[in-house]
Amino acid sequence: MVHYIIRRLLAAIPTLLVISFVIFAILDLAPGDPTGNLPMTVPPEVREKIRLSLGLDESMHIRYYKWLIQFFINEPLNILQHSFGITIGDAEGRTRILSWATRSPVIDLIIERTPQTLWVVGLSYLLGILMAIPIGIVQAYRQYSLLDQVGTFVAMIGFSVPTFFTGVVAILVFSVELKWFPMIYDTTLEVTSWDNFILQVKQMIMPVTVLAFYQASQLSRFMRASILDNLNLDYVRTARSKGRSERAVLMIHVLRNSLIPVVTLIALGIPTIFGGAIITEQIFRVNGLGQLLIIAIEGADIPTVQTLTFLFAILIVLFNLIADVLYGMLDPRIRYD
Amino acid sequence: MRKIILLVIGFFSAISIASTVSAAEQGRDGELKLLYWQAPSTMMPYLSGGTKELEASSLVIEPLARYDNNGKMHAWLAEVIPTVENGGVSNDLKSITWKLKRGLKWSDGSDLTSADAVFTYEYCTHPDTGCTQSNYYNDIVSVEAPDAHTIQINFALPKPFPYSAFVGFNAPILQKAQFEGCIGSKSQECTEQNFHPIGTGPFKVVDFKPNDVVILEANTLYREQGKPAFQSVLLKGGGDATSAARAVLETGEMHFAWNLQVEPEILIKMAEGGKGTVITGFGTSVERLMINFTNPDPALGNNRSEYIGGNNNQNAHPFLADYSVRRALSLAIDRQILVDAGYGFGGKIGCNVLSAPEFYASDSNDECKTQNVDEANRLLDDAGWTHGSDGIRAKDGVRISILYQTSTNSVRQGTQAFIKEMWKAIGVETELRNISASVFFGGDIGSPDTYQKFYADIEMYTNNFSGTDPETYMNSWTCKEVPRRSKNWGGTNMPRYCNPDYDALATQMSTTPNLDERIRLAKAMNDMLMQDYAIIPLIHRAGVSAFSNEIEGPRGNEWDSELWNIADWHLK
Repeated sequence: MVHYIIRRLLAAIPTLLVISFVIFAILDLAPGDPTGNLPMTVPPEVREKIRLSLGLDESMHIRYYKWLIQFFINEPLNILQHSFGITIGDAEGRTRILSWATRSPVIDLIIERTPQTLWVVGLSYLLGILMAIPIGIVQAYRQYSLLDQVGTFVAMIGFSVPTFFTGVVAILVFSVELKWFPMIYDTTLEVTSWDNFILQVKQMIMPVTVLAFYQASQLSRFMRASILDNLNLDYVRTARSKGRSERAVLMIHVLRNSLIPVVTLIALGIPTIFGGAIITEQIFRVNGLGQLLIIAIEGADIPTVQTLTFLFAILIVLFNLIADVLYGMLDPRIRYD
Repeated sequence: MRKIILLVIGFFSAISIASTVSAAEQGRDGELKLLYWQAPSTMMPYLSGGTKELEASSLVIEPLARYDNNGKMHAWLAEVIPTVENGGVSNDLKSITWKLKRGLKWSDGSDLTSADAVFTYEYCTHPDTGCTQSNYYNDIVSVEAPDAHTIQINFALPKPFPYSAFVGFNAPILQKAQFEGCIGSKSQECTEQNFHPIGTGPFKVVDFKPNDVVILEANTLYREQGKPAFQSVLLKGGGDATSAARAVLETGEMHFAWNLQVEPEILIKMAEGGKGTVITGFGTSVERLMINFTNPDPALGNNRSEYIGGNNNQNAHPFLADYSVRRALSLAIDRQILVDAGYGFGGKIGCNVLSAPEFYASDSNDECKTQNVDEANRLLDDAGWTHGSDGIRAKDGVRISILYQTSTNSVRQGTQAFIKEMWKAIGVETELRNISASVFFGGDIGSPDTYQKFYADIEMYTNNFSGTDPETYMNSWTCKEVPRRSKNWGGTNMPRYCNPDYDALATQMSTTPNLDERIRLAKAMNDMLMQDYAIIPLIHRAGVSAFSNEIEGPRGNEWDSELWNIADWHLK
């Protein structure tokens, strides 16, 4: 197993390098100009100077090489230095990846925004899973019952109605009409007391529910289908004929086997948490990673877009590996060595 | 008894004094919540030209003089506005001398001196800083500090309007001590300084999260006693304009929301809720159609939309070079429909490209206020443009078929659709095109879709000028400003309008210091452009904001920061 993991990690390196180059090339070739959103009162000579100050006069391969050095050497060294106090090399002269819009290190922006994204998107993912699994089980076990029909109906609504609709409806009902929850997410709130905790819960309820509803709708369908596949198999009949209780048959035999594809799906979905929920973040002003990405794209802030998309690429490659490893652990029939 | 009465009176007057003192105490009104749906990405105005960053930084750093909501200049850090009359501006118009107010302190306790202004000039004009506001420091030979309170700016040429350096929210004064190490290419790396500039303004930065939120608290060393009334400011960003309006006008969660480009009917409905007030500030922004005087035909290759000049412009546009066509296009437009459908609070009919300040606005172009389809048809008939079998007018094989481009933006696409229909009524065919703003305004030489290259017949966008003096703006349409291939399409004369009479007026204006005379010249230039239909103005646009009924103080301001008078804002 360890051997397999190491082999996969090594194979990931050239893959990631190619990905990083492709991202860089696409962004570089795409039209767009970081000075394009400046007011029209800024004259062209000044725009040219700004472009020069951002290093846009250098040719593409040199900029790519600089980015590689900054991303793979300078930034990790910087993290080492700040988290563990280990200084390697010339810490002063090290250049970091700077965002063109904020002129601040991109990695710092990402670190600053990760907590709210993890809280809101991560929690909704978790809630979605926790809702979807039991719902899926019950729906499959009582197939075509009223419960199943209602569940299917709700799930269909859940993933056919986009979050930019449910989110706005939630705001109109719960913020504007009922005034239960705030419509603006306060990222500066620190949970230090019970009152703050209540406020934090209040401001998270709407975005988390909207997203969790969406996640749960999709996942519960998979869960239901997976259990249905297993319920008719021979081993289930065997277990029943052995005289095991229905509960044990369902929760031990069927559930474990049905979870295999669902777990893979869940693992593969984790990188999307870090991608943030662009639309939901925008609606509730959570201002997490999704909002960072969309603002960077709008403002042609190429270093930020490049770094963020590449980090997503790393996460996707990594979680693919994790999903494969999990698969082997859940299903003893699969061996990698 | 008398003593007792005196005592009682004394007691009450003491109370009333005490209460007025406490009412005028700084920070008495708690937290002020501002909502900027376009969030500021830095607090450093010199590294970002965006209005959102200028607005945010105006809470902290200040200029020598700033404009009020009527476009009138007020001395801010300076004692008075220097003029030729009070001796502050030299008679040859080549130098201006500002005097700082006495006793000004930075929020860290050190003194503000003229050395800070000199430093700010050096910072912004350093070639490697990439200063986005460097045009505010144009034509300056030197900035000197004869003493700690005097700033003397020397110009290379006579400046009839010398108020651009250190005036308005575009050009505030930085603290030398803080930014000394951040000049030139180092400016990019000074994240800490750029996010937390030390200023003289009513607030200072406590925490800055780029593109998300800014937390500020009252500057205890602010020069005016008892101001600001608010102890802290939360400037939240993100989201969209509609929900920003909702947060002020419907839920009342926020006190002030900026830049509310919201569908008019929605905003009107929200404003009826009675929780807040919508304010508009009319500045210099005018949404206009630019007419291409040159031929954009792709078959011309390198000469596409290229001004060649010569006798009657050798590369003239096949039909827009005809005055009757241009005038008919303008007459056919019902501007009121465009205002009602797309702008509401945020616009009114615009008939001038120079429509503000008020005293610069010409009233001789009011023909545009009413649509006149009959007159437009008559003009085209008289000029020989006859209807073809497809209903489109043509003359000598040239059909009036217009490619009309603009940036991607739902209001603009709505306007395009209306105008297309209006032009159809006079037998003009229109093809619509929209281009992403970062490409259209981006100036990428490799892209064929920039507004400078103008590979279309007509293009639409808004332009404005900052400050209140239109000289540079009106110079935009002189012959030397025509974008050309040889200049990498640098230049501001998008219509490629080249008229020696216009250039003569521009030259005259550059040497005229007298305000009345300048107004006459600027109006004449505006009228020439309007009556020649080189530019067809559509909408005089306003900035739209909203504030909650809980607070008092906001006055929309298009000349400077909307937060220019935030020291005076207070709870009701």
